[in-house]
Amino acid sequence: MAKINLNGRDVAVDLPDDTPLLWALRDGLDMTGTKYGCGIAMCGACTVHVDGQPTRSCVTPLSALAGKKITTIEAVGEAKVGAAVQAAWQKLDVVQCGYCQSGQIMSATALLATNPKPSDADIDAAMSGNVCRCATYVRIRAAIHEAAKTLA
Amino acid sequence: MNFRIENAFQTTRRGFLKGGAGLALAIVTPVMAGSNSNAPAAGPGLAGSTMVDGEFSPSAFIRIGTDGMVTIVSKHLEMGQGVYTGLATLVAEELDADWSKVKVEGAPADAKRYNNLFWGPAQGTGGSTAIANSFEQMRRAGATARAMLVAAAAEQWKVPASQISVKASVVSHAASGRKAGFGELAEAAGRQAVPAEVKLKDAKDFTLIGRSAPRVDSVSKTTGRAIFTQDVKLPGMLTAVVAHPPRFGGRVASVDDKAARAIAGVTDVVTIPNGVAVLAKDFWSAKKGRDALKIEWDESAAYRGSSDAIVARYRELAQTPGLAARKDGDAEAALGAAGKVIEAEFAFPFLAHASMEPLNCVMKLDASGCEVWNGEQLHTGDQFALAKMFGLKLEQVKLNMVYAGGSFGRRANPQSDYLLETAQIVQAIKGRAPVKLVWTREDDTRGGYYRPIYLHRVRAALDAKGMPVAWQQRIVGQSIAAGSPFEGMLVKEGIDMLSVEGASTLPYAIPNLNVDLHTTNGEVKVPVQWWRSVGSTHTGFATEVFIDELAGAAGKDPVAYRMALLDKHPRHAGVLRLAAEKAGWNKPLAPSKDGAKRGRGVAVHESFNSFVAQVVEVTVQKDGTFKVDRVVCAIDCGIAVNPDVIEAQMEGGIGYALAAALTGSITLKDGVVEQSNFNDYPVLRINEMPKVEVHIMKSAAKPTGVGEPGVPPLAPALVNALHAATGKRIRTLPIGEQLQTA
Repeated sequence: MAKINLNGRDVAVDLPDDTPLLWALRDGLDMTGTKYGCGIAMCGACTVHVDGQPTRSCVTPLSALAGKKITTIEAVGEAKVGAAVQAAWQKLDVVQCGYCQSGQIMSATALLATNPKPSDADIDAAMSGNVCRCATYVRIRAAIHEAAKTLA
Repeated sequence: MNFRIENAFQTTRRGFLKGGAGLALAIVTPVMAGSNSNAPAAGPGLAGSTMVDGEFSPSAFIRIGTDGMVTIVSKHLEMGQGVYTGLATLVAEELDADWSKVKVEGAPADAKRYNNLFWGPAQGTGGSTAIANSFEQMRRAGATARAMLVAAAAEQWKVPASQISVKASVVSHAASGRKAGFGELAEAAGRQAVPAEVKLKDAKDFTLIGRSAPRVDSVSKTTGRAIFTQDVKLPGMLTAVVAHPPRFGGRVASVDDKAARAIAGVTDVVTIPNGVAVLAKDFWSAKKGRDALKIEWDESAAYRGSSDAIVARYRELAQTPGLAARKDGDAEAALGAAGKVIEAEFAFPFLAHASMEPLNCVMKLDASGCEVWNGEQLHTGDQFALAKMFGLKLEQVKLNMVYAGGSFGRRANPQSDYLLETAQIVQAIKGRAPVKLVWTREDDTRGGYYRPIYLHRVRAALDAKGMPVAWQQRIVGQSIAAGSPFEGMLVKEGIDMLSVEGASTLPYAIPNLNVDLHTTNGEVKVPVQWWRSVGSTHTGFATEVFIDELAGAAGKDPVAYRMALLDKHPRHAGVLRLAAEKAGWNKPLAPSKDGAKRGRGVAVHESFNSFVAQVVEVTVQKDGTFKVDRVVCAIDCGIAVNPDVIEAQMEGGIGYALAAALTGSITLKDGVVEQSNFNDYPVLRINEMPKVEVHIMKSAAKPTGVGEPGVPPLAPALVNALHAATGKRIRTLPIGEQLQTA
């Protein structure tokens, strides 16, 4: 039984300690907003924040999370930056299939939290770990700039 | 390409498909079949009433609650292409509904009510047909509901219906100042007769069509609330992860499951026809169990081919005539007589669809039947396959359609492969628990059903002015339709239309134009399937690169050369002209600041009755690495129902095609797939995405496809741009490092 701090609450997960956070969230806690895409940290669909850092939950075992604060897509909109990113995504209708977008939004929020006015090169550097097979990249870029504008 | 399935899915007393082929398909131009949308919804409605469960339900496609919420039932799968938004736009337009009070849900499997009108009596989503086949049906559904709401108001207010207007879900009578919302009128509308005929709006009166209503799935997909198959959880459900054979056609000889069963959480290990499934209460335990299996495989019937050998064999075949797919004049004779003959060979690899959501399926089996949760793309075929396997009646197979995290064709598997795999597992545990089958990314990459390898050999003869007088195109590759339920009508006299479409339909005016085909299913045993834009993935490339080569040989401008051959194809010419104009084709490309080479290329192609031209701009460094800077895209897809969704489909189609052009390749070595995940099957990332400009032709024609047609022109336009920049012509995809090593 592992204990983690998730979206501001301490919760217990009834799964072995070697279980990746991704599957603890999905199968242990029924929080399905964080997605499985590759299992090897190559696509970013599973991105969450661990102490504010964008982190691939598919390769992060529960045992590595003691004392850390985890934020997922379900709660990212409770803070100003996450809410602005979600609003920009909605304004520009970024999504297509939508499966990768939780991860995209988590990565974009982490970028804007540390870099409020990212350049295109900053966006490439921060977002190139997040794959979108629908290739919504034109709009992801535009939505990050849009969110930066609303936060300024 | 549009399919119409005629006399398909005929049942015998055992509920099986009738006849060997089962499905019969005909290729037709889009014709609107009769619409059933005025038929009242099935359900426990009161006699003479269209109220069902407290909602006004004038047809199978629409329900209006007493709270005024309008629920639109989508017969098509939302896999990213925006169809929920598009279908809702059509209904809401004629209903004059307030867009903020519209929501969409997926239809159940019921071909009687939800058939694809281009597919006869079959329900399913594919071939970029969703909006095209639904255009009038959905509008009629909206207009019917509107007429009944108006009739209800007229009755209550004792005024003529002709004096009543509707705007943004409010029904009003100007003279008396009376107003009522849809919710207030829902019950009274439910007592009105369903009109046999309704008048649809003139295009000039559209307020939603052509105006880019916001996507209906944006909020749920940006908050993690949208439900995909992977997110479905049922009480007591087990997750299954499967060990598949390393080679196609392999079988389990023996399995040692001791270590797997010892893993905490593992409940079952079962052998199924295509491997061994490990079931557990959660994915991670099931995967650990799967990885702990020790399996001996029987590979006596396994396929052991290699990609290199397949291509070499196809090259041999391309030297001999195949079956004729198009025969205008006599290309061989004209080639023999001509002074200038140009020849080229084009080769294409296997491609995996690689949707973001790896394949998965949730299934429950009990005494009443089978229930499925799936990003369901071929309802009727899947329903039949499951009914056959379980010995159930069709109506005992209930399919719940949830969002698909991409598909690009893969979830429309004509063999129902992953659904049947789920069914075999459920059957193996005797329906004791609901099962969620989860393929890992590696399973998905190695699971077959690829875009086939193709090889094209093309020869042309030019006249004294450099214009083509002969074009001989030979295509070699596997047939997608052969051996599938779609064979009966897609394969005509040995020619699978899906193998030659885009080449056999070449629009250029060439007097001697022959296309022939070698089909290789007898020797290549790799499961293959349609992949976003199907035949046009390769025919569009070969034809549009080769025509560029001819223009070059003639010393002519690539746009002007094509235009000279498109007199009889104004829609091709229209998008070509528009893309060239918007790209500034007649002005020189701005040079690179750092001295790198720049180039611009063009391609135009028709697929799914839509016409797309793209101009690609590239910058090539001294070492041969390059970047796609900008793509200017023009599309003619008839009436633009939702221009923003069309633009998004062009952007996405360009990105999907670019990934394939740059690096997309599944290779077999001794029958084993050499790729496994995004590390060795790379897909496009944001730093590789070009700027994209989309221009939509104004049109009054009926809407045609947009999900696929953005794909075909990208790779040829890119290769033509690289040639313009470097003088090097790439004819084998993917481009990979060919410019570095050339």
